[in-house]
Amino acid sequence: MASLIDLANPTRFMRLSRLLLPWMAGLAALLFLIGFYLAWFVAPADYQQGETIRIMFVHVPAAWLAMMLYTMMALSALGTLVWRHPLADVAQKAAAPIGACFALICLLTGAFWGKPMWGTYWVWDARLTSVLVLLLIYLGIIALWRTLDDPGRAGRAVAILTLVGFVNVPIIKFSVDWWNTLHQPASVFRTGGPTIHPSMLWPLLILAIAFTLLALSLHLVAMRAEIMRRRVRTLTILEAERLDRLALAGAAA
Amino acid sequence: MTSLGPHAGFILASYGAVALILGGLVLTILRDHAAQKRALAALEERGAGRRPIKDSAP
Repeated sequence: MASLIDLANPTRFMRLSRLLLPWMAGLAALLFLIGFYLAWFVAPADYQQGETIRIMFVHVPAAWLAMMLYTMMALSALGTLVWRHPLADVAQKAAAPIGACFALICLLTGAFWGKPMWGTYWVWDARLTSVLVLLLIYLGIIALWRTLDDPGRAGRAVAILTLVGFVNVPIIKFSVDWWNTLHQPASVFRTGGPTIHPSMLWPLLILAIAFTLLALSLHLVAMRAEIMRRRVRTLTILEAERLDRLALAGAAA
Repeated sequence: MTSLGPHAGFILASYGAVALILGGLVLTILRDHAAQKRALAALEERGAGRRPIKDSAP
């Protein structure tokens, strides 16, 4: 049975990910079809929020994924700093742009939902502000990756920043309990069970799985690209050294 | 669903933003993957990773 250490081998990862990707992407596509059909044609309009409840089906999965991808990055950061896992900083680098996109989607769809329901696109309350901070941390991490040329050094610097930034994730989750916010408290993952009617809960959960599979598929493709980028970098250096040696040998002859 | 009601613009803007951002992300990642694959194939074809024969002798 393949252990995690076996999976850490980039060659094995490339082979396994190539096998997994079509299945994950195909399942995501199927779940998107089912989820959006239920969300748009079966789920009723909300008795208070009317048709704007349709925004929930993309806003909530985006919020969950923005936090989940950051948590994955924090675990990868531990892998980089503690275990020097060969794929840890590759996983971390590949996840950052995907997490940033979901944080942006969460903020934009939240603003489009907030205007008709709250009367404003934005308020500086704890939940909204902490998600904005998450987006800024993602952008800072992406910028730091681009600042340092050496992937090893960049990986360690980014890992430290990622772990420091992780303090924001529980703040996002519990902000609606700790402070008096305009944003509503949790209505799916809460003690006492979800408060959403099953006709809305099912499409939400199906779409959440579909978005998660899409995010994980994109993450695998981005990791494959990053592994190849590092191989290209190494081979380019080797080729330059070989050409240098040939030039020196030619000059000496 | 028969009509999106008075807030249709907000609902459509939300779904438009999702399509735009995720569409852009998918395209960017797939294009990067294809570019790295091409670059790696070109380097391997040139034998960039191979050692000279005298270096590889034990």
